[in-house]
This record gives sequence, C-alpha cells and structure tokens, in this order.
Amino acid sequence: MTAFEGLWLIPALPLAGALVLAAGRRLPRRAVAAIGVGSVGTSAVIAALVAWQFIASPPAGHAVSQVLWSWLTVAGFAPQIALYLDALSLVMVLVVTVVGLLIHFYSAAFMARQGTPPGDGYRRFFACMNLFVASMLILVLADNLLLLYLGWEGVGLCSYLLIGFWYKDPANGQAAMKAFIVTRVGDAALAVGLFVLFANLHTLHIQNLLREAAEQWTPGSAIAVAAAALLLGGAVGKSAQLPLQTWLPDAMAGPTPVSALIHAATMVTAGVYLIARTHVLFELAPPVQSLVAVIGALTLLTAGCSALVQRDIKRVLAYSTISQVGYMFLALGVGAWSAAIFHLVTHAFFKSLLFLAAGVVIARLREEHDLLKMGGLRRAMPVVFWTFLVGALGLASMPPATAGFSKEAILSAVWNSGAGAPWLFAAGLAGVFITSLYTFRMVFLAFFGEAHGTPDGETDPVMALPLVVLALACLCGGLLHWPEALGGHGWLGGFLSSTFGTEVQAGPVGTERILGAVSEAATFLGLAAAGLLYARRRACLPGLVRSPVGVLLHRLWSSGWGFDEIYAACLVRPFVSLARFNRNDGVDLVYQALARANRWFHLLLSLTQTGRVRGVATGMTVGAILILLILVFQ
Amino acid sequence: MTLAYLILLFVVSGLLAAVVGRRFATGPRWVALAACIAAAGLALKFLSPSSGTAWLAELDVPWVPALGIRFHLALDGLSLLLLLLTAILGLMAVAASWNAISERPGFYYLNLLLALAGISGVFLAMDLFLFYFFWELMLIPMFFLIALWGHENRQRAAIKFFIFTQLGGLLMLLAILGLYVAHGRSTGEYTFDYPRLLGTVLAPGTALWLLLGFAAAFFVKLPAVPFHTWLPDAHTEAPTGGSVILAGLLLKTGAYGLIRFALPLFPGAAAQVAPAAMVLGTIGILYGAMLAFAQTDLKRLVAYTSVSHLGFVLLGIFAWNTLALQGAVMQMICHGLSTGALFMLVGALDERLHTRDMRRLGGLQAVVPRLAAMATMLALASLGLPGLGNFVGEFLVLLGAFRVNATLTTVATLGFVLATVYALWMIARTFHGPAREARKLADLTGRELAVLLATTAALLYLGLFPQRVLDLAAPGLDRAQHAIAVEVSHAP
Repeated sequence: MTAFEGLWLIPALPLAGALVLAAGRRLPRRAVAAIGVGSVGTSAVIAALVAWQFIASPPAGHAVSQVLWSWLTVAGFAPQIALYLDALSLVMVLVVTVVGLLIHFYSAAFMARQGTPPGDGYRRFFACMNLFVASMLILVLADNLLLLYLGWEGVGLCSYLLIGFWYKDPANGQAAMKAFIVTRVGDAALAVGLFVLFANLHTLHIQNLLREAAEQWTPGSAIAVAAAALLLGGAVGKSAQLPLQTWLPDAMAGPTPVSALIHAATMVTAGVYLIARTHVLFELAPPVQSLVAVIGALTLLTAGCSALVQRDIKRVLAYSTISQVGYMFLALGVGAWSAAIFHLVTHAFFKSLLFLAAGVVIARLREEHDLLKMGGLRRAMPVVFWTFLVGALGLASMPPATAGFSKEAILSAVWNSGAGAPWLFAAGLAGVFITSLYTFRMVFLAFFGEAHGTPDGETDPVMALPLVVLALACLCGGLLHWPEALGGHGWLGGFLSSTFGTEVQAGPVGTERILGAVSEAATFLGLAAAGLLYARRRACLPGLVRSPVGVLLHRLWSSGWGFDEIYAACLVRPFVSLARFNRNDGVDLVYQALARANRWFHLLLSLTQTGRVRGVATGMTVGAILILLILVFQ
Repeated sequence: MTLAYLILLFVVSGLLAAVVGRRFATGPRWVALAACIAAAGLALKFLSPSSGTAWLAELDVPWVPALGIRFHLALDGLSLLLLLLTAILGLMAVAASWNAISERPGFYYLNLLLALAGISGVFLAMDLFLFYFFWELMLIPMFFLIALWGHENRQRAAIKFFIFTQLGGLLMLLAILGLYVAHGRSTGEYTFDYPRLLGTVLAPGTALWLLLGFAAAFFVKLPAVPFHTWLPDAHTEAPTGGSVILAGLLLKTGAYGLIRFALPLFPGAAAQVAPAAMVLGTIGILYGAMLAFAQTDLKRLVAYTSVSHLGFVLLGIFAWNTLALQGAVMQMICHGLSTGALFMLVGALDERLHTRDMRRLGGLQAVVPRLAAMATMLALASLGLPGLGNFVGEFLVLLGAFRVNATLTTVATLGFVLATVYALWMIARTFHGPAREARKLADLTGRELAVLLATTAALLYLGLFPQRVLDLAAPGLDRAQHAIAVEVSHAP
C-alpha cells in the first residue's frame, strides 16, 4: 500500500472534524480543541507522508489521481469527485495543512482567552475552521473545475461565517456580507468561464481540458481570451486584487487566527493557485496574461500605499496581503509560475506569523488595534517582538530572514521575461521600498518608542510555540528555492517543473546579483525612511502629513483609494434605491389598475339600477329608437 | 391500479380526517400524517430498477367514451420524482401545521389532503380532460386553505390567487378543446388522450394560439414574470402548511405541465416562443431576487425567492436540451425542499414572535441558535452553494442554456450574486446584530428539528449524489425531447 491511497483522508479528516464539532453539542472545550486541532494535525501528517513518497519515488507522470465517486453524468457532462495530486497541488496541500495546523494550535489557546460569545462559540469556531481547511484542500486537490468550484465556494462560505463570527456587532456582519458578495461577483465570472470551457472543450477535467485547449485553440484566439479572462475574474475576486479588493480590509473583523489562515496564508491565494493550475489557458491568451501582470503591479502599489497610513495593525497587514498577492499576480503575468508559488509559500509563513503575533499584541493590550496607541512593547513581550521582527524581515525581504527571497525571484523573473516591461519591474521595485517602509513603520510604532500602558499577563506558551515555528520557517524559507546567484540550484522551481514545464530562465549570474543588490538597496532605503519618520519621535512626519498633498494622499490612501465610495455611489446605492422604490412590485400596479377599472365599471353600470320605472321606460324607448335608426340607415 | 389508489388514498383520508375532526381535534393531523407516509410508501414501491422507456405503471380505462375521455394515469420517473416530492412536502406541511391549526382541524386537513390528491393527479394524468379536472381540483382546496386559515389579508390574497389561476386554467381549457377539435377534424378520432394527441399536425398559427393557451395556465402557476403577482400575496397570507404546498408543489405543476404537455404537443410553436420565454426566465431570476431583497416581511422575502428560482426552471425548460432539462427538474425538486423548509422556519419564528417584520427582528442567533443554524443552511441552499442540490440544478440549467444563448445565460448567472445578497441580508437582519429586546424563546422542537435536518440531509444527498434522480428523470425527459425531435423532422 502506498501513501497515495490515503490521499482522500487529507480533506476527509478535517471535514469529519467539522461534522463532529457541528453535531457535538455537549462536547467539553478540551474535546473540541482536540478534535479541531487533531483532525488538521493528522491531515498534515498524512500530507507529509504523501509528500515523502512523492519526492522519494515520484509516481508515473509526476501525478496521482484518485477517483472517489462519479458525481453526475448528463449528456457528456461527467465531473467526478476525484482528487489529482501533482507537484503544484502537493505544495499547496503542505502549506494548507502545516500552516493550518499551527494556526489551529494557536487558536486553541487564543479563542479560549477571548470572551466566548454565547451559543458555544468555541465549538462553532473550530467547526468552521475545520470546514475551511477541508474546503481549501478540496479546492487544491480537485481534478475538475466543478469540484474546484465546490471548494472555492466552500472557502468563501467559511470566510463569511468566520468574519461574522462575533455576530452581535452589526459591523462584523456587514463585513462578512461584503466579503461574500464581492467575491461572489468574481465567482459568477468564474462560473461563466466554466460554461465557456465546457461548451467548447466538452469537459471540465482540468488536465484533459488543458490538453484539448492547447491542441484546439490558437494563441490569442477570441475564445481563449474569453475563457482566461473569465477565470481571471474569479481569481481577482478571491485574491482581493483590483478592482475587487475592497472586501479584504473589512474582513479583519474576524478573529485574528481567521485573518492569518484564511485572509493571509491560504484562501486569498486561491486565485493565484487557479491561474497557476490553468496556466496553459493563460499562455494561450497573451492579452489576458499581460492583464494579470498589470493588475498585479497596480494592486501591489496601491495596496502598499494604503498600508502606509493605516492605524489599525490588522488593516496594515490586510493591505500588505493584498499587495503581496499582487506580487504573485505580477509573477503569474510574466509567466514565472513557480516564482509566484514560491512567494505564495513564503508569504504564508511570514504573513501568518505577523498576524498571529499581532493577535497576541492585540489581546494583551485589551483589544487595542491602534498602532499609535502601542509602543515600547519589545521589552514587555520579547517572544512576540523577536518573532514579529523575523516576520517583518521576511515581509520586507531582508536577511537573515530568507523567506523574502521569493520577492527577489519575482523581480528577477520580471526583468528576464520577454513579457515583462520595464515599468512592471519599476513598479515591483517601488513596491519593495513601500513594503519595507510600512513593515518597519509597524515595527517601530508597536515595539519601539514609549510604552502607552502595560500589557496584560504573559504570552501563552501554546500561542508562542507556533510563532517560534513560523519564525524558523521565515528564516529558512528561502532555502526552498535558493537562487543560483548565491550558489543554490532553485529546488522548488525544479520540483514544480513537472507541472509548469519550462519557464522564465534566470539571467546571467552577474545580472542576477545586481538585481538582488538593487532590491536589497530598496529594502534598506525603506528601513532608513521608516527609522527617520517613525523611530526618532516622528520628527518630520507631522509636516509631511499636514502639507496639502500630504492631506490629500492621506485621505486617499487611508480610504483605500476611495473604491468603497465609488462602488457605493455607482452600484450599491442605485441598486438599493431601485429595489426600495419597487418594493411593492410595479408589475402589480397593472393588475391593481385592472381591478380598479373593473370596479369602476361596475359602479358605473350599477348607477343605472335605480329601480325607477320612468327612467327604465325612457331608456328602453331611446334604445329602441336608436336600434331602429341604425337598422333603417344601414 | 396502484396509481388510482394513490389519489384515492388522499381523498379518502381527507374525508376521514373531516369525520374524525368532529369528535377529536387532534385526530385529523394523525390521519393526514398516516396518509402522507402511506403515499410515500406507495410511491417508493416504484423506485425499483426502471425498465427502459416504458411507463413504470399505467392505468387506462374509458371514462366518457362518447367524448373520447379516458381515465388514463401513467407513471414514469419524472412523475415518480414529483409524486415523492408531493408525499414528502405533504409530510412537511402536516408537521408545520401540527400545533398551528386549532380552528376546524378536520376541514383544514380535508382541504390539505384534497390539494395533495389534485396535485398527485396532475402529475399522473395522461388524458388532457382528466388533467384539467385535477388541475381544478387542486385549486379549490388551496383557495380555502388561504381564505380560511391565512393571515391578516387572507381574503384578498385568496381571491387574487383564484382569479389568476382560474383565468389561466380557463385559457388552458380552451386550448385543450381546440386541440381536441383540431385533432378530431384531421384524423376523425376525437380523443383527449395525450399519447394519441402527440404529433397532431396543426397549422402554425393554430399551434401558436393553442400553445399560448397552455402556457397561460403554466406561466401563471410557475410563475413567470409578469404573471407572478398573485404569488407573494398568496404565499405570505397562507398558513405555513399552505405556503409549503404552494411553493413546494403547486409551482412545480406549472413546470411539469410545460415539460410534459405544452412543449411536446406544440414543438414548432414552442421553438418559436422559446427565445422570449428564456428572456422571461432570466428577467424572473433577476427581478425576483431584487424584489426579495427589498422586502421587510420575512415570509414575503421567501415568496419572492421562488420567483427567482423558478426563473431558472423556465430558462432551463425552454433551452430544451438534456443538460438544461435535467437541471430544471433538479431545481424543481430542490427548490421544493429548501423553500418548503424555509417557509416552515418562518412559520416557526412567527409562532414564537408573532411578527415577521425583519425591522423588528435581529440578534436571534444568540436566542435560538439551532433555528439560526438551520436558517443559515437553507439560505445557503437558496443562494446555490455547491454541495447542495440547488447548485446542481442551477448549474446544469445554466450549462445547458449557455449552448443555446450565451449572452442571456451570462446575464442569468448574475442571479448567483443577487441570491447571495438577499439570502445573506435575510440572515443578517434576522439573526445577527444585537438583540432588539430581551427575548426568551423556545428553540426548535424535536419535531421541527427532525423535519429540517431530514430536508438538509436530502439537499446534501442531492448535491453530492444526484445521479439517482437524474437517472429517474431521464426516460421521461427523453420521451419529451423525442416527441419534439420527431415533430420537427416531420415539419415541412
């Protein structure tokens, strides 16, 4: 028996956990935590076994399929409930289960600290989290697009349920609704994409579909462009890229572990996975692929700027996530598929680390989210400080945290790719500076300077352990794909080549080193600027902010470039007013008018029913004369 | 004969309930419960492996030979699915009425069971006269259910319901007679028998008018925009059990009529009106969803979601390929289950709070967590979450319709977004946010929870293992499609 036979267990265990938790009304807290963490943990172990076997003795064709059952068969449409494991999905499975396990472990303590909402929220939390992990695993393991869509909607649902976890505050419910509805706009595009693909290729099985598309469609043909564009629509919604990025900052209303798992490490990268998974379609549609790069570049810059001015630490991290996923889109857009996945993996490490650390900070400061009200925390919570710092170094791609190397891999790919334009590279480079600036702004504001009050209690060891593990991952993450310019051989890219084939090649070592140096310079420039602005008692900051341009930019950036206002004015309010205006259903007015006309005629005619003989006799006489006249003159 | 017994079962047990109700107030509900269980049992007997395209069961005896009227009942997989749905929703309606009906329970259950008898007859009749007979039979008891046991504006709603459906029904009767005469004139055989009427050669103009006559009845029942305005009033004012029957079953008779009679009898004319009908379906999807969102009365909101969901059915039927038709049938079944259950939930809330005004609700999740969880689940079914049967239905409809009209289908797909808007809005307004006032309410009872859990399980089963249902519906749909194919190939 091979480990591959247990593939189905990887999504099935968290699913079973979710069902048990949903049904087990009388479970004590310990049992809830054991089931919640244990199911994901067992999944992670099986995933590790599968990975071991996959690497030690690769299966034929570097892929394994496992059919569980036939979903439905109608007129040639025959999607199956079937799993497909190749290098790409293996990497995703490992990220989801391992990071998922760490976050579940952390949550066991974190959620116990939180004032538990009534209706045993602890159990509800873990049920939703387990369901999320199961859905995400189905998404990345699906062998056809319909099953992928099931996972896709499943993660969206769990995101909705968990953003609105503290449902008593209407704002949380609003944020949850917004997240679900905005992503559903993208999902509708994705659904139409599936219709297009099936109508033209007669299958939704991913591998067959990619093969057929490559054979039947000429690059740049209208149908390929339409299909890729529609899939991109789905990806943009789920991954919070322009123009559907507005839901993610609000999604921070959920508990912090949710932000770490769903809105940083896994779900928001589903769009990246989707594009990487169907990369053949995007190669067949060069205009759409360029659009991916442009969206990525614009998103990473705009979101980065917004991150600069947020006061809520979680919103900084949220905008940072949008921006970093923008880097992944940039990489996808220039055809650097494995660089995008590399950044996806390292981002999962450092961003979940930052969120989890921020969660401890917020909890120990009694739900204080405002960076300006923090300060001097490095002495009070050293473990959190050091791990947060490692995460920050990873995010800003600064040594010794090697996780950030993925960003340099992307920049190098943009430079070397034929599809990359100089301005895309410039945007990426500017993004490095901005990233570094907002990252160290966070570090300086939260951990340096004067303390504004003392934090509560101690950092719970159960919460500290995942921080340390993730910090180690950030330090070593770059080893996965150590660049050749530094004497490595890019293992991850080689591993993924069985999925992606040949990709953008690295330039000569000399050029690569120069690119790396330029990028590092941008990072250090950002650090220096942050130090100047935020560490040294914010000496020149007020002047900058008060200048007219500063005021304008601050307003623009802190509101996320005003997208919410634009959508409210152009879409939401017109729709709501139209719906309200038509609340009583205009169509019914026609029928009401008919009914009224009927009644009116009835009244009119009943006027003649007077019962007076004289009137009736007159009427009869006049009528008879009229009829006679008509007869005579006809 | 089993088919006749099935209908007779509802009639006889209805009369029995009325008699029992004179002595024991709690008697009728047990009679009704037993009748629905027995009907489900009878229907289940036919679930054994189907035998190709032949009927699973048939009863064909002369009724009024002089006029060519026969008592012709027949059952195929499609009818069987809808019969099962009838029995199940009958159970749900009984469960919803269990404690809610205290006034004249005997007469109430008589009407309920007679409505079920009429509905079963509609799904079985293969003689157009008999079909019309059952069509009217289900209307009268439904009228009484609304008019006698409904909410505040019940009289008005009942009359509106009656006028709409009766007008549609009369137009259908005219069309049936027209077809009878046309067939008689061209072949010399005057008959109402559906299999014999299939393939009647008609002048295109005549065919179009006759089709419109049938469509009048079916579009009103379905309902298709703009003939839908009776629905929100009737659904809102009906007692919970009546709403379950209305939304779950009565609307399906319209869709069934289109699939079984209207399109196969007049294929040429149907092809002519198909584009317009598909546009109506799409408008229904979006318009119904928008109206649902605008409502403040919870029950009215759920009523308008039916307009939206049946829009998918209309779109799928007139796309008329296997994918879309299978999707339409799946959507009919799942909509019946999920909307029936939603009405039951709203009824349960109304019983506890004596209001359905969402402006006065809110924060109920903390008070009645189980009710909130079930409502969320059903809202998700409503918005077409994959894994639940409704998604299979909607997706297949759109997948099939896309081949016929890509632009229209793309617009219809926006229904996914609007459904999300109204479903989440409903949950947010009712269950989230702070509690308006300190309330102490009983959560779902065991009876309610059992029915709702069973419904959810069925929706999950249909979402993950839909093949049994698809296989059952296939022969009937094939037959209908075949009738069209033959006709079109014979056309000049």
